[in-house]
Amino acid sequence: MMLIRDSVQFAIQAIIAHRLRSFLTMLGIAVGIWSVILLTSIGEGVHQYVLAEFTQFGTNVIGISPGKVKTGGQPPTGIPSTARLLTMEDATSLKQLPNVIGATPTVWGNSELSANGRLRRSTIYGVDADFTKVFSSSVRIGSFLPADNIGGSRALIVLGSKLRKELFGQKNPLGARVKIGGLHFRVIGVMAPKGQFLGIDLDDTAFIPTERALELYNREGLMEIHVIYKKGAESSDVASAVKSRLKLRHGAEDFTVTTQEDMLKTLSNVLNILTIAVGALGGISLLVGGVGIVTIMTIAVTERTNEIGLMMALGAQRITVLFLFLGESVVLSALGGVFGLLFGVVTAQLMQWLLPSLPVHTPWSFALIALLVSGMIGLLAGVMPARKASMLDPINALRAE
Amino acid sequence: MASAEALIRLMHIHRTFYLGDSKVNALRDVNLTINQGEYIAVMGPSGSGKSTLLNLLGLLDRPDSGIYHLAGRDVTTLAPDEQAQVRSKHIGFIFQSFHLVPRLTAAANIELPLILAGINPDERVQRVKQAIHEYGLDDRAQHRPNELSGGQRQRVAIARATVMRPTLLLADEPTGNLDKVTGEEVIHLLETLNQQGVTLIVVTHDQAIGARAHRQITMDDGAVVTDTINNSELITG
Ligand SMILES: Nc1ncnc2c1ncn2[C@@H]1O[C@H](COP(=O)(O)OP(=O)(O)OP(=O)(O)O)[C@@H](O)[C@H]1O
Ligand SMILES: [Mg+2]
Repeated sequence: MMLIRDSVQFAIQAIIAHRLRSFLTMLGIAVGIWSVILLTSIGEGVHQYVLAEFTQFGTNVIGISPGKVKTGGQPPTGIPSTARLLTMEDATSLKQLPNVIGATPTVWGNSELSANGRLRRSTIYGVDADFTKVFSSSVRIGSFLPADNIGGSRALIVLGSKLRKELFGQKNPLGARVKIGGLHFRVIGVMAPKGQFLGIDLDDTAFIPTERALELYNREGLMEIHVIYKKGAESSDVASAVKSRLKLRHGAEDFTVTTQEDMLKTLSNVLNILTIAVGALGGISLLVGGVGIVTIMTIAVTERTNEIGLMMALGAQRITVLFLFLGESVVLSALGGVFGLLFGVVTAQLMQWLLPSLPVHTPWSFALIALLVSGMIGLLAGVMPARKASMLDPINALRAE
Repeated sequence: MASAEALIRLMHIHRTFYLGDSKVNALRDVNLTINQGEYIAVMGPSGSGKSTLLNLLGLLDRPDSGIYHLAGRDVTTLAPDEQAQVRSKHIGFIFQSFHLVPRLTAAANIELPLILAGINPDERVQRVKQAIHEYGLDDRAQHRPNELSGGQRQRVAIARATVMRPTLLLADEPTGNLDKVTGEEVIHLLETLNQQGVTLIVVTHDQAIGARAHRQITMDDGAVVTDTINNSELITG
């Protein structure tokens, strides 16, 4: 039997003998691999970008919202809900659970603020002192809302960095008065800038105690409670502790618990499917490249019928002939794959350099798979022509002209 | 006939081709015994079955009926891959049209049978080098077939056919594409190989070349009509 090294060398010689043709065939595969790499790079980049957006607040957060969502839809409006509201007391009770570091009762709305003779509409968050822990935010000047007892929340306000600039400019806002609706607040702090989250400006905000926000928006219950737990604690354990505590308090499961871990998992799955779908799109051009290889190898077998006959006369076994032609198509395809991979990575880097805002990330596992796939395509594309070659009758092959 | 040490024994060999509705009896009841070391010329008009006989002897073709013993072994029933092995080890072919692989150098063409037999590279290099030297191709080793003359091409082909040291050398009109002088050179090369013990069977249209062989077989319409050794007629069959 022929040695593998010799088969590969033989394949390469045959490929080099038809430089232009081999190059064009390889190009088909290269373009396929290139588009798979590029598309999955963008897909993976978007994936990582979105996940980073969501994890910037920390991943060990659990959200509790009122009402039971069974199938993921919103409860129908208009029908009066018998569900109990989420209360300040619920939040306080959750703070005592093991592994829980903090819990912040949350209410939000959009209101006009007036201060320093200026007006601005911003998002107002009603939170408590645990907020900075839960959302890993920090204060730039002054301090955050103090941990007041229920019923004793003072009318204090902490401004987001953008809101502070809009209302006070470079002036020191600490101690100044801000009017929202009919209520007056005293500024005790300014947050450090947080940037954007999915396009929403996180710095054009103001934070007031939850009780004051309930009063401002004339609400009975909270919109959400955010719980943060110790790193390393099992999120499902904490979630079930939260559930049983609230069930005990409410007598029924009339609330919905969403762990961020679950949410991220779901999100990640969706994004993965997206990346795969986009990669499959590139796979279509890979398929076209594979058809190109079938065509070229079929032509090669026809052209080299004489040579095949000769090889058989010289003692080549059928399987040797099969391997020689299979080897040729695999080498052709794999070389195309390598070129496509190189170009794909270079283009991805170039794109990142030219368009820094476009998230691009080359997933190496995909690159490796693409390479293996190109080899597989070569194998599959080569099977039919190579089989045809190996089944030739030696005499007819020799006599063919 | 010394059948005990016979290299080749053909018994009642028939080979028929069908072309559409017409039937061609390329070989009809051919019986031959050939001993190791013989030098045979096969002659006859075009279409008489000479090439068909040679292909059959070289295990490139199978008879429709009859038995072929090669070195005492019935090779008619061998599987294709077993036949390939016999070709690789024991049989060398030389064709009228050389059949060199155009993209390979002279040296690489000569190396081909060694590669196909799975012989290790070091030994291959040695044997190719020796063959190139023996056939006076030293300064042509790295040239491709299209850069060689007809005589040089046939010498490469002979080197390739003999590099595995076969016992049986089959040449189908080896001088057919060569001028007279070059043709004679090639015949000399083949005769030298025969003197070294190789069994040589040459198909030729050239009476002069045919006369040089020790044994002449004449064919007509698929049958052996005369079989003479050193000008004395043999009874065939
Ligand atoms: N593969 C084939 N298919 C059909 N007919 C064939 C085939 N091979 C040979 N023949 C026929 O068999 C007969 C003998 O052919 P063969 O090639 O053996 O003749 P030949 O004696 O070598 O002739 P030439 O001197 O022209 O080479 C011819 O009639 C030819 O047409
Ligand atoms: Mg012939």
